Amino acid sequence: MNRSDKKYGIAALFNSPDDIIQAAKKVTEEGYTKYDVHTPYPVHGMDKAMSLKPSKLGFITLVFGLAGAAIALLFMFWAMSIYYPMIIGGKPFFALPAFIPVTFEVTVLLATLSTVIGMITFFFKYPDQKHPLHDTEYMKKVSVDKFGVCIEVDDPLFNEEKITELFKGLNSESIQTIFHPVEEKQTVLEPKFLGFLAAVAIVVSFGTYVALNKILYTVPFNWMMEQPRVDVQSKSEFFTDGFGMRTPVEGSVARGFIPYEYKGMNEPTVPLSNPLKPTKEVFELGKKKYLSFCSPCHGNYGDGDSRLGENFPKPPSLHSAKAREWKDGNLYHIIVNGQNVMPSYETQLTRDERWAIVYHIRALQKAKNATEQEIQLVKKESVENAK
Amino acid sequence: MQNNNSYIKKDLPLDLRNLGFTLFVGGIILGVITFFLDETRAIFNYLLSFVFIVSIVVGCLFLVALEYVAGADWSTPIRRVSEFISSFIPLLVIIVIPLLFTMHDLFHWTHEEAVESDKILQGKSPYLNTEFFIIRTVLFLVIWNLFYFLIIRNSRKQDKTGDQSLTKKNIIYSAIFIPMFAITITFFSIDWMMSLEPHWFSTIFGVYFFAGSVVGALAAVTLATVLLKEKGYLHPKMVDDHYYSLGALLFAFINFWGYIAFSQYLLIWYANLPEETFWFLARWEGGWIFMSIFLIIIHFVVPYSLLLSQQAKMNPKRLKFVSVWILFAHLIDLYWLIMPQMHSEKSGYFYTILEFAFPIAAIGGLILVFFFNSKKQNLVPVGDPKLDRGLNFRL
Repeated sequence: MNRSDKKYGIAALFNSPDDIIQAAKKVTEEGYTKYDVHTPYPVHGMDKAMSLKPSKLGFITLVFGLAGAAIALLFMFWAMSIYYPMIIGGKPFFALPAFIPVTFEVTVLLATLSTVIGMITFFFKYPDQKHPLHDTEYMKKVSVDKFGVCIEVDDPLFNEEKITELFKGLNSESIQTIFHPVEEKQTVLEPKFLGFLAAVAIVVSFGTYVALNKILYTVPFNWMMEQPRVDVQSKSEFFTDGFGMRTPVEGSVARGFIPYEYKGMNEPTVPLSNPLKPTKEVFELGKKKYLSFCSPCHGNYGDGDSRLGENFPKPPSLHSAKAREWKDGNLYHIIVNGQNVMPSYETQLTRDERWAIVYHIRALQKAKNATEQEIQLVKKESVENAK
Repeated sequence: MQNNNSYIKKDLPLDLRNLGFTLFVGGIILGVITFFLDETRAIFNYLLSFVFIVSIVVGCLFLVALEYVAGADWSTPIRRVSEFISSFIPLLVIIVIPLLFTMHDLFHWTHEEAVESDKILQGKSPYLNTEFFIIRTVLFLVIWNLFYFLIIRNSRKQDKTGDQSLTKKNIIYSAIFIPMFAITITFFSIDWMMSLEPHWFSTIFGVYFFAGSVVGALAAVTLATVLLKEKGYLHPKMVDDHYYSLGALLFAFINFWGYIAFSQYLLIWYANLPEETFWFLARWEGGWIFMSIFLIIIHFVVPYSLLLSQQAKMNPKRLKFVSVWILFAHLIDLYWLIMPQMHSEKSGYFYTILEFAFPIAAIGGLILVFFFNSKKQNLVPVGDPKLDRGLNFRL
């Protein structure tokens, strides 16, 4: 590397670790602060000889380690206890012992990564690759078998003659002055480099295309495509009926579906009772579904005043004595099976919705045929609630 | 050789002997009082102290062997401290005798009528029976004593002769001792602590006891080293860097203990098998829950935080405090392992000041043994070829 005539510092080489410890001690005693020691391997006791303060790197490790622990714990707490609570192995949602291994791993991961990255950026000053000691005879020797110390020009006590004398007094093997390298402009964007980049891009994209679209379809990579399996909607010679897709076994019941045992019969032999509890939510659901599916014919209040006019036969009122004497199970039976011209609503309404509608019909019947006493009671209650 | 000459042997002060004697006699008297107040409790406390002593003195012999096998030189100047503590090993033969006579009160599986009506205990009876138990205990004691005499005798001979071949011999003995130590300490912990609850089993129990034992031994060595160094009984060329290595080892083994303790808990907690969980459940009921949580804090969280930074590991004051703390924590750890098995304490616990009777006697006994051994021997192995390098050890 070309060197300018600007001085960087004075360096001295020594032969043994004991010499370099003595030299470091002496240089520290003389009051120099801007100097460094270079050895081919870690020399024990050097920290003390140079009076180095403990490295600040530990704080980066500590902070990121704690951050890792916090991130891991909080994330698992959020994911497993709040966002998607799931019971695993009968353990609580926030199963701390099970989280500890992951917390430990993330702590170690962040602590080590931050230590390495922190060391490279803060201490090695990474993007800056041009230390003046690079490519010097001095650096080559201290990387092999010599021990060196270099005092920089920036040191407030810098005095070339004095330092040379000091090094000579310490029996230095050789003393040399180190100069700054000539300033060079970094030329990343020169045409050669850009051309190289473009060539790499073309080769990589062409290679990827060929690999994914051609090579993968040739022997032996295509072996996985030819499998003795039956595809969806295709013929099968294995089954006598020739269908590849099979229907479920007779009597299979879909998950979450409860079959109605009196389906297709005229009357339920034993009418079922309503399995839902008469809560506010159930009544609201029943009202909503009644208005959507029942009210077009039965009318908003079950009077049988069809909105369809004369286009469709009007159903009888739900407030007839017959309808009021029906059990819940009978109403449910009609919703499932249909009656006369009324079709089955089995496919439109789920089981819970049908039972909720039964509740709503009961509510309508009650409202229409309420006694004076009951009306007074409701009025009183609503006045009290308003207060 | 000039380094070795700069060491001048000083006798330990008689105050130390008096202190050890007072603690020992006082502890024994208190222990006898406990025996008349609550016999079972006294026997369990005696077992606790016995295990405490074994963990520390055999752990110290392990540290000596470790130095030889690893070829460590930093610990050579302080090896005598471990050797003196481990010189309690011959006395174990005496202090185990009362326990062999009170086995019936300690171990459920010694009750023949209980074994007859219990399929699990019947299945375990080929291993857990009185005769084989005593044979195993004698075997452990013989192995420990044998290696103690082999290793320590050579080390002491070297003071006079300076013969380097003795170090080589000791390396071979240590290399044989370490696997023997691993086996004996595992089965010792299974026999004397795990079999207190004969229906329970944990395959990591031996490692757990090993971790606690090394932590206890290191704490004892660190405490003795710092105190002796402060008063100037050790080699004057020793520096803080030696403390750093002790502190770092202590820190490492506290982590190791935490790791093993958690591994044992996690697997049993996760598998949730009733035949394993009831052991932890017994320690999670009544007052024991506080002790279980307390144990995590004093045996792991506090010493971990106190020893985390580099300066803390070199600071003699900090090390003194931490090692006393850890010795106490180690005692609590063993207390937590042993005492819930006492039938009168199955639900909740209470403890009196008499609980400390036998541990006090144990500490007194350790001090006395240390004192009388140091009378005849140097506190620094002056004939050891590694001593020079050890003294020049720097970070």
